[in-house]
Amino acid sequence: MSAEEQRDEQRTERAAGIVAHEDGAALDPEVRARLERDAKEIIARYPKPRSALLPMLHLVQSEVGYVSEAGIQFCADMLGITPAQVTGVATFYTQYKREPVGEYHVGVCINTLCAIMGGDQIWEELSEHVGVGHDEATPDGKISLERLECNAACDFAPVMMVNWEFFDDMTPEKAKQLVDDLRAGKPVAPTRGPSSVCSWKQASRVLAGFNDGRAGEGVQAGPESLRGLELAKREGWTAPEPEETTK
Amino acid sequence: MTTTLTPILTKTWDQADSFTLRGYENAGGYQAFRTALGMNPDDIIQAVKDSGLRGRGGAGFPTGLKWGFIPQGDGKPHYLVVNADESEPGTCKDIPLMMANPHVLVEGIIISAFAIRANHAFIYVRGEVLHVIRRLQQAVADAYEAGYLGTNILGSGFDLELVVHSGAGAYICGEETALLDSLEGYRGQPRLKPPFPAVAGLYGGPTVINNVESIASVPGIIANGADWFASMGTEKSKGFGIFSLSGHVTRPGQYEAPLGITLRELLDMAGGVRNGHRLKFWTPGGSSTPLFTDEHLDVPLDFESVGAAGSMLGTRALQIFDETTCVVRAVLRWSEFYAHESCGKCTPCREGTYWYKQMLKRLEKGEGSEKDLDTLLDLSDNILGRSFCALGDGATSPVTSSIQYFRDEYIKHFEQGGCPFDRAASTAWAGGK
Repeated sequence: MSAEEQRDEQRTERAAGIVAHEDGAALDPEVRARLERDAKEIIARYPKPRSALLPMLHLVQSEVGYVSEAGIQFCADMLGITPAQVTGVATFYTQYKREPVGEYHVGVCINTLCAIMGGDQIWEELSEHVGVGHDEATPDGKISLERLECNAACDFAPVMMVNWEFFDDMTPEKAKQLVDDLRAGKPVAPTRGPSSVCSWKQASRVLAGFNDGRAGEGVQAGPESLRGLELAKREGWTAPEPEETTK
Repeated sequence: MTTTLTPILTKTWDQADSFTLRGYENAGGYQAFRTALGMNPDDIIQAVKDSGLRGRGGAGFPTGLKWGFIPQGDGKPHYLVVNADESEPGTCKDIPLMMANPHVLVEGIIISAFAIRANHAFIYVRGEVLHVIRRLQQAVADAYEAGYLGTNILGSGFDLELVVHSGAGAYICGEETALLDSLEGYRGQPRLKPPFPAVAGLYGGPTVINNVESIASVPGIIANGADWFASMGTEKSKGFGIFSLSGHVTRPGQYEAPLGITLRELLDMAGGVRNGHRLKFWTPGGSSTPLFTDEHLDVPLDFESVGAAGSMLGTRALQIFDETTCVVRAVLRWSEFYAHESCGKCTPCREGTYWYKQMLKRLEKGEGSEKDLDTLLDLSDNILGRSFCALGDGATSPVTSSIQYFRDEYIKHFEQGGCPFDRAASTAWAGGK
């Protein structure tokens, strides 16, 4: 079975709930108390409580690492909806995982432009190097891989993401080195992002709407983002002055 | 006449503190909203109408007109929702904008919400861009701290709550009604229109949904005047926009220019197609806009001219592919994307994109005949215009346009019984770079 076919099959099985991760475990009371406190804060942001569901699922992932059955039940309890309704939402969005991902979730963009610029080769070599396929994690729980669709950084192609931070202008060698460094616990900094990559759970907490205070770290823009501006400055090109245009 | 670049939204991006409140204010930011809060909201709507600003998220609908559809004095809460779910393949302008200057978006939101009399606004940002989300969260927190958001903003009596809401990985949520469903906590599936969001949007209330770049353009219009904005661009496509060049180009990146600039001019600025190669095909506005070729280098990149030439301006996402690229491979991959992202609500899109994928996989391997191309076109006819939203329509663009311009290349696959291209030659590191 090709990687692509396997991916389709896995997706179908997951959508059908066949391979949802086995977990009968209830939430630890301490975890549940924290989740409740945070969930209440999320719900209070919105005019209607149900709007809190997406951030709450991110919140569950920030504690549990993925959307577990107990996490689904928790969301349902908090919002007064059924677990089936929560499951319907959780299975629709690719960022919600139904089984544990790695501490570092590594994505390779395989949408057309990145694929052609080398993303396909990066994926093949990296998947071979790490020994896992799409949406799979290493046995030590350190690394999981995902074939990503376009992540809005096409001018930096080929692009990779680690826990949703940008790693721009990648090559197969850089990709393998990156994963080796992550596994070895070496500090790794994204190209456009904070000074180090945080864990999957920490990233999920930011997605749930809790500011981690790291917005000030890292560059304001990557080199590609500045190409037009730099050229305009060299050439002395500017937008018209307002006074030149008023009648 | 040669068109030159007009850095406006990108102007401060080379300043290390461009994303901070202080950096933004030092560059003249947070002045326009003070002017706006002293204006009659209807006059703001009129100014945006007069500027000619059209939606920068792809559709090009006049922004002021959209605002004007919001019923006034209806006693219902109004909502402003910023579509920051940038996911269209090739599109990469809003993400760097929000990373480098989130405050211009916040200021635009304050002005826009005041104009449509909304006291609640949301930024729906895709979830896969963590550092951009951090920058937005911090910008919103700092704006509250400064008294630019919250109750009785700067003593004006105007209240505005602004929430940064992260999505969770679904291209379809860039479609405005799917976005609303998602923001309400449901699966992101499009709604049938009418009713339009201006009448029944978020929570059933009157809602304006605008793209990031559209809203970020508003402070400039208030500060410099509608005439200033309209002095740039073409007759019907006024103003400026960020053009994103990617792929086989010497200096890919963001180039902010008046609408109506051509790819020939932009490529010239970006150092041309990469050394030793020539342009084969390109997208003017993301993968959902029909492909162009080297015949279209001089098409002015404005809504009308691109439309007249058979494509759409879309999001000005100029993905450049040189002669090493197999068009069948490119189209297959886009089709896999649409099949993956189809929300499944409408049969023609759900099933049609699935069949695209099955057929194109076979054709890329050379296992097909010219008759399959007719089947693909027939299938396209059964997808186009037959679903609630434009996702399925977008899926047909690469298929039909590639057959239009590159029929011979498909046939070559069949004749050869395989792909005639060397994938390694297309990579960024081909030729020992």
